[in-house]
Amino acid sequence: MEKQKLILIGNGMAGIRTLEEVLKLEPDTFDITVFGKEPYPNYNRIELSKVLQGDTSVSDITLNEWHWYEDNNIRLYPGETVTRIDKEQKIVYTDKDREESYDQLIIATGSDPVILPLPGIDKEGVTAFRDIKDCEKMVDYSKKYKKAAVIGGGLLGLEAARGLLNLGMEVDVIHLCDSLMERQLDKEAGTLLKEELEEQGMHFLLEKQTSEILGNDHVSGLRFNDGEEIEADLIVMAVGIKPNVALAKESGIEVNRGIVVNDYLETNDPNIFSVGECAEHREMVYGLVAPLYQQAQVLAKRICGMGGDGYQGSVLSTQLKVSGVDVFSTGQIMENEHTKAIKVFDDWRGVYKKIVVEQGKITGAVLFGDTGDGNRLLNLIKKGADVEEYTDTDQNQEAGAGLVADMPDDELICGCNGVTKGTIIEAIETQGLNSVEQVKGCTNASRSCGTCKSLVSDLLEYTLGEEYDENQKETVCGCTTLSKDEVIAEIKEKGMTNTREVMNVLGWKNEEGCAKCKPALNYYLGMLYPTEYEDERESRFVNERLHANIQKDGTFGVIPRMYGGVTNAQDLRKIADVAEKYDVGMIKLTGGQRINLLGVNKQDLPNIWEELDMPSGHAYAKGLRTVKTCVGSEFCRFGTQDSTGLGIRLEKKFEGLSGPHKLKMGVSACPRNCAEGGVKDVGVVGLEGVWEIYVGGNGGTDLRQADLLCKVETGDEVLEWVGAFLQYYRETANYLDRTSVWVEKMGIEHIREVVGNKEKRDELNERMDLALSAIQEPWSEAINNGTLLKDLYEKVNA
Amino acid sequence: MERTLSRVLIGNYSELPERLGKTVIIGDKEIAVFKLANGKIRAIENRCPHKGGVLAEGMVSGEHIFCPMHNWKINVNNGQAQAPDEGCVGTYQVEVKNNSVYVLV
Ligand SMILES: Cc1cc2nc3c(=O)[nH]c(=O)nc-3n(C[C@H](O)[C@H](O)[C@H](O)COP(=O)(O)OP(=O)(O)OC[C@H]3O[C@@H](n4cnc5c(N)ncnc54)[C@H](O)[C@@H]3O)c2cc1C
Ligand code: HEM
Ligand code: SF4
Ligand code: FES
Repeated sequence: MEKQKLILIGNGMAGIRTLEEVLKLEPDTFDITVFGKEPYPNYNRIELSKVLQGDTSVSDITLNEWHWYEDNNIRLYPGETVTRIDKEQKIVYTDKDREESYDQLIIATGSDPVILPLPGIDKEGVTAFRDIKDCEKMVDYSKKYKKAAVIGGGLLGLEAARGLLNLGMEVDVIHLCDSLMERQLDKEAGTLLKEELEEQGMHFLLEKQTSEILGNDHVSGLRFNDGEEIEADLIVMAVGIKPNVALAKESGIEVNRGIVVNDYLETNDPNIFSVGECAEHREMVYGLVAPLYQQAQVLAKRICGMGGDGYQGSVLSTQLKVSGVDVFSTGQIMENEHTKAIKVFDDWRGVYKKIVVEQGKITGAVLFGDTGDGNRLLNLIKKGADVEEYTDTDQNQEAGAGLVADMPDDELICGCNGVTKGTIIEAIETQGLNSVEQVKGCTNASRSCGTCKSLVSDLLEYTLGEEYDENQKETVCGCTTLSKDEVIAEIKEKGMTNTREVMNVLGWKNEEGCAKCKPALNYYLGMLYPTEYEDERESRFVNERLHANIQKDGTFGVIPRMYGGVTNAQDLRKIADVAEKYDVGMIKLTGGQRINLLGVNKQDLPNIWEELDMPSGHAYAKGLRTVKTCVGSEFCRFGTQDSTGLGIRLEKKFEGLSGPHKLKMGVSACPRNCAEGGVKDVGVVGLEGVWEIYVGGNGGTDLRQADLLCKVETGDEVLEWVGAFLQYYRETANYLDRTSVWVEKMGIEHIREVVGNKEKRDELNERMDLALSAIQEPWSEAINNGTLLKDLYEKVNA
Repeated sequence: MERTLSRVLIGNYSELPERLGKTVIIGDKEIAVFKLANGKIRAIENRCPHKGGVLAEGMVSGEHIFCPMHNWKINVNNGQAQAPDEGCVGTYQVEVKNNSVYVLV
């Protein structure tokens, strides 16, 4: 029998979810074709905010990889727009002159951003915030320009503004009302939100109406209707969305605000359905995934010819995805003469809670600062529960397994995908799941906005008890299902000696690995067998292969070592000579107290090293980089100890040491801590007769204050403790976990216990000494090795 | 359309480093030449479609090269960037005869 032809217009979240549901019900019944305007496979639009905020890359937000379409025999036409539907002939036409006939057609074209028709709106530098292209544009602009203006103080606008701040721009948010997110938040919560975001660096212009966009070809600013003007190089329109109905309308399908559908998502044409943001159901158009996914389920049943109750509309809940701000809003939140409200306002902790009650039932809630109760409230509203059901159990519950234990089985865990506690527990038990990733794969929980990940993890802990280890499923990379610990155990057991052997024996999915696992395995092998293992250059990232820092144009930076940031006239002279002779692009002082020669050609590297005759500063290394020092007792009037001397000792001892990630140290001679040891992997602070050792600090992406490891009296002891600490890190951390992440994972108490145990400390130092004994100075190694010079540094001029 | 290609000798097969790239300059062209683990030689334009990264310095994995700048993954057979990234680089035919490697440009 010939398969029924099913066509989906719109390769987005609602449409593809519908197909997933259809395939679950009827895997082989339909011949499916998908047209998508965007040139990508279906991706998680929600996470664009995270992409903009820098937490995630575009490649991480794909929901359905290209092969998913292939595996399910779905014909996908990416980058192709459907331009016309012929209802009578049942044919769709595209902008690439394709025509395709259907038996059933789904329109899931989503929304378009609302672009206000202001004078000057066509100028360059105006963007919406809807898709990958917009996101890329903002990232590009942030590299060239300084000032951004976001029009719209709703969810989307605030998430865009937060992202632009993270990208280093100054951001003005312009909002028509006097309160932010006024549709979801009341005045109190709106004010708290504004205060919090102002603290994060956002600037607000409330009750302002934009009247004109200023500039020539490119925007230069905004004018408001009160005459005031501000400067801006980038303008983000986030004033709302409108259902994308043009295609349906032109094709004669009934359209109101959205494409009008009934409870079974049927349009007024018997063969055409609509789902997602473009659809209007009972005069409601939804703009969040939770209701759209419910629609998708109903539509799939309808298409597969199964009945069901149809779609009954949804109660919405919203959360703002800005780190450091917890806001939750659901249901009817405005008060009137028929409502009463429970309000709790803790100005000190910045926590606000309002629960709106009408005729004894909860109808809405706003939470700020502590949103732990959010899903429970949403559920109570949906059930039409009496307010007592909430107040009776409303006590300060602790987080973790204890909290999820008390939830009823029908409590929603994942709001986006409508997955309850009961469903997740059943999946864990019947399908033997033991990781958040697996629960996501089997139940969809945490697959959209991701806010419920920690609850899912708690549920795993609650259901599996001891067996569940939160970190166990962190695999080395996508090429394997094994974790670092499993891989290391296998390497030891089977005595494997190179990365290819490991990949081969342990059944890597990609025979030759990827850019993530190759350097990781290379590190683990070197760490396990410091004296025997031969480092694999081809498994190194270019910087560590060439022992120089690659720059964006393919030239390199050369940073020679200056122990403790101390130099002398002779070295400076050599550096100056080399810089002149090789005409380097820039001579720059680094943040690590040394000198960088930038813009060096690859072929010149060996000559420069030879002429410098200084050791490599390892500024490119996953390993010890610099030890910053303060001037200390030798000159400083506050100095208590010889910080410079100790810094130099540390740097000389650990120079060239490899690690799971880069290592930076600092040594200061009083608590003023001029070498900034509080944000270093190892920070040492001298007091009268005492050295304090701090560990796990980070001054970069994951800003973290270091924890005190111990206090010791002598420099020798500092070396001993630092040696043991570093070796323990080298042996137990995942490749690419900085000490800051590793200390969080292990817990500082545990590390203190291990390193504090004299016997263990000695053992660790023994292994450290072995590792140190195998280190070769890389620059002189290269200069003296003809093969290396030819293989790595020469170009061919043919 | 026909275009005459010239065969340019770029070196000895045995001297090209395995699982690494080599920067080759032919006239105004910069080409990245790789010797893959399976022994095959592949030549592509030395300019990542993303932001012009030097692909010759990337990490080789099977038939793919990871750009050293932002880790795009490029197929060395057809020059295509792998999803979700998009774009492609030019590819060049390679001939190996008696230990001599030629690139056709
Ligand atoms: C930055 C941002 C953050 C968000 N955060 C959240 C959140 O935290 N929680 C939440 O629940 N929701 C959030 N949303 C909303 C959520 O992403 C949308 O509700 C959801 O993506 C809508 O799904 P859809 O399938 O209806 O539309 P879309 O995902 O937009 O898919 C429609 C697709 O159809 C394509 N298309 C349109 N016309 C045609 C045509 N004629 N031919 C072919 N293809 C066509 C479009 O290009 C698009 O790819 C957010 C949205 C954005 C932009
Ligand atoms: C591949 C990416 C990176 C390269 C090539 C790079 C390169 C460098 C170089 C060459 C220096 C001078 C270091 C020295 O003197 O030893 C430096 C310093 C620094 N880098 Fe990076 N860096 C990178 C990524 C990062 C990241 C992701 C962070 C944030 C976590 C970071 C934070 C810093 C800091 C804080 C300093 C100052 C160090 C100090 O004062 O000791 N860098 N970087
Ligand atoms: S840390 Fe203290 S001793 Fe060192 S330079 Fe600063 S003030 Fe002086
Ligand atoms: S330049 Fe190649 S990945 Fe960015």
